[in-house]
Amino acid sequence: MSETIAKAHPHVDVKEFHPRAHAAIHNPKIRQNFRKAMDGLMAKRTAAFEGWDLETLRDLGANIRMKALSNLPDLLEQLEQKLTENGIKVHWAVDGDEACRIVRDICVARDAKTVIKGKSMVSEEMELNHYLQDQGIEALESDLGEYIVQLADETPSHIIMPAIHKNTGEISELMHEKTGTDLSNDVEYLTASARQQLREKFMNADVGVSGVNFAVAETGTLCLVENEGNGRMTTTVPPCHIAVTGIEKVVPSLEDVSALLALLTRSATGQHITTYFNMISSPRKGEELDGPEEVHVVLVDNGRSSIYQDDELLDTLRCIRCGACMNHCPVYTRVGGHTYGTTYPGPIGKILMPHLIGLDEGRHLPTASSLCGACGEVCPVKIPIPDLLVRLRQESVDGDRLHPAKVRGHGAKRSTSEALVWKGWAWMHASPGIYRLGTGVAAKFRALQPSKAGAWTDYRTAPKLAAKTLHQRMKERGQ
Amino acid sequence: MSDPIKVYPSKPQKVYYFGTCLVDMFYPDAGIAGVELLEREGIEVIFPQSQTCCGQPAYTSGYHDEARSVARAQLDLFPEDWPIVVPSGSCGGMMRKHYPSLFKDTPEATQAAEIAGRVWELTDFLLNVCHIKLEDLGEPVTVAMHTSCSARREMGVAEVGPALLGQLKNVNLVEQIRPEECCGFGGTFAVRHPEISGAMVEEKVGTLVDTGAREFVTTDCGCLMNIAGYAEKNGKPLGGQHILSFLWERTRGNQGGQS
Repeated sequence: MSETIAKAHPHVDVKEFHPRAHAAIHNPKIRQNFRKAMDGLMAKRTAAFEGWDLETLRDLGANIRMKALSNLPDLLEQLEQKLTENGIKVHWAVDGDEACRIVRDICVARDAKTVIKGKSMVSEEMELNHYLQDQGIEALESDLGEYIVQLADETPSHIIMPAIHKNTGEISELMHEKTGTDLSNDVEYLTASARQQLREKFMNADVGVSGVNFAVAETGTLCLVENEGNGRMTTTVPPCHIAVTGIEKVVPSLEDVSALLALLTRSATGQHITTYFNMISSPRKGEELDGPEEVHVVLVDNGRSSIYQDDELLDTLRCIRCGACMNHCPVYTRVGGHTYGTTYPGPIGKILMPHLIGLDEGRHLPTASSLCGACGEVCPVKIPIPDLLVRLRQESVDGDRLHPAKVRGHGAKRSTSEALVWKGWAWMHASPGIYRLGTGVAAKFRALQPSKAGAWTDYRTAPKLAAKTLHQRMKERGQ
Repeated sequence: MSDPIKVYPSKPQKVYYFGTCLVDMFYPDAGIAGVELLEREGIEVIFPQSQTCCGQPAYTSGYHDEARSVARAQLDLFPEDWPIVVPSGSCGGMMRKHYPSLFKDTPEATQAAEIAGRVWELTDFLLNVCHIKLEDLGEPVTVAMHTSCSARREMGVAEVGPALLGQLKNVNLVEQIRPEECCGFGGTFAVRHPEISGAMVEEKVGTLVDTGAREFVTTDCGCLMNIAGYAEKNGKPLGGQHILSFLWERTRGNQGGQS
């Protein structure tokens, strides 16, 4: 267990955010693919909640998640105990590297050469596929979107729909090139072809790796939400199943799952229920004919316990990974998921990734938002995403002496010149006499106002100073 | 958990007017229009001359020490119990929603929370506190409306603008697709991420122009300078006004509501 991974996160490359945003914005195909997909998802979500008291349901969802988080250490202990009683082996990983090694060790102990994977964003966090590949173990994605992304040697551009950046034509070309299917715009044909290829892999895989949507502490049950049946195949066909999950996914009881599930599927894809909902509570028992011989759970921290230390940032961990925040994000819709360069893109990525990679690495993330609030408005568990973005902006410039920054890499965006500008701005605006003098002089000499104002005027005309300020006009009115 | 339900006060004799720095320097006509509309409703408008800015630009940029020092300079301007009206959802949202957290753990915490509770977005105040009745004296016109994200989501006034415009018999209000989507302003966002902001305003202008309207109104000067500025620079047939200017100009001959 002493080896280290040379580069833990080859996909995390936030620094190139602006060049990638530039490329995406000027790529009509990307713009069109995302706009169309996000419009569709927004409409489906709205329709799915029709007739529901959404605010009450969101309050309920938020309360369930907050209650679970407030009791997280105890719930995790209870979960471990129940899972163990159920015959499921529990492993703890402090970070992605350790989680990878745990998976590797289980595979090695079983002499496993092939792993089939259900969709799991935590495994993306871990960079598990590349790690296993380096260890000589083949890992194949079985979720259709993930399968496409893997064929293209890309990363998911959306946490629910990993290949949403591609249209049918692009997928057809990719599959033709990589797997020899015929070129076709028939989605059913393409799906059937992928299914055919995957079916064989399922039968021969030594290990199945999946994620977890909810881990129920009271009963030691792992809940898995999916539409393609690949999750059920992954967790039942191979002789060994390894579930990887973030430590925040635990909820107290099965009762809590029903509300969260109702919120999750409607928020994510606008479905009342997914085609499959798996509840895994043990390996195959004595006389049962199917199911894995071994079931493991890897509980991954990877920065989460540091988020847990802060009462405000803690809200980040409420997330149930529905993706509604990105579906409704006007920035995400324009730049697409890959622009962020992070495992989790969009609004949730902007508030979560800085904790995983540090605010120094992720310094562009908190500012890449107009703070429009669409994400917070649709979040099924009411994460105050805009407030958390402002908090992270404060952390990234060390901007609050009353509440000193604490996130790893804080202060990385602070520059002496910018800090000085804000100091000067504050001095002027905290001195009413100076402010009135300054704005009055600006109004008087408004003819000298430059027509260019930095990046603003690349796209717009500059706003024009009025001949008299409101202060002056109100004074003239005797007010 | 749910946002607190708004409890509107009864119509007061006086209000404090917080004009905002953008209105002050760039759109004072909109500020005056708001004053005129209030006065026509029989309300005395107190404009503290020492007001400057709510502090939001520094706040959303993460410079909370600086935001606090500017916000602190506004706190003593509203000593009596009158409502504080703001011709902007954005600045109103800063004062109503964010002052309490900005001043948490400071000696001004109580004062800031008390002030926050008195802040109203001006169109909301006109409709739901003054119960304004508008008589349209203008020529028939088709307009679109963009409600700012903060007016919509922080101040909860998405229905207010259309309700006010709906009182104007010669105004045909048309709705763009995705009315709730951000125009791309976002304060410093527009200059920190100019291409993304540019792509957003480009689409917003496109949807507004597609309505067939040749002018739009909005609750916030930030959106106004963004949307109208883009249209002007790119030769799009779309002019913009603050909704207060529009309402005042169409009803200004009407003295019927004066008490």
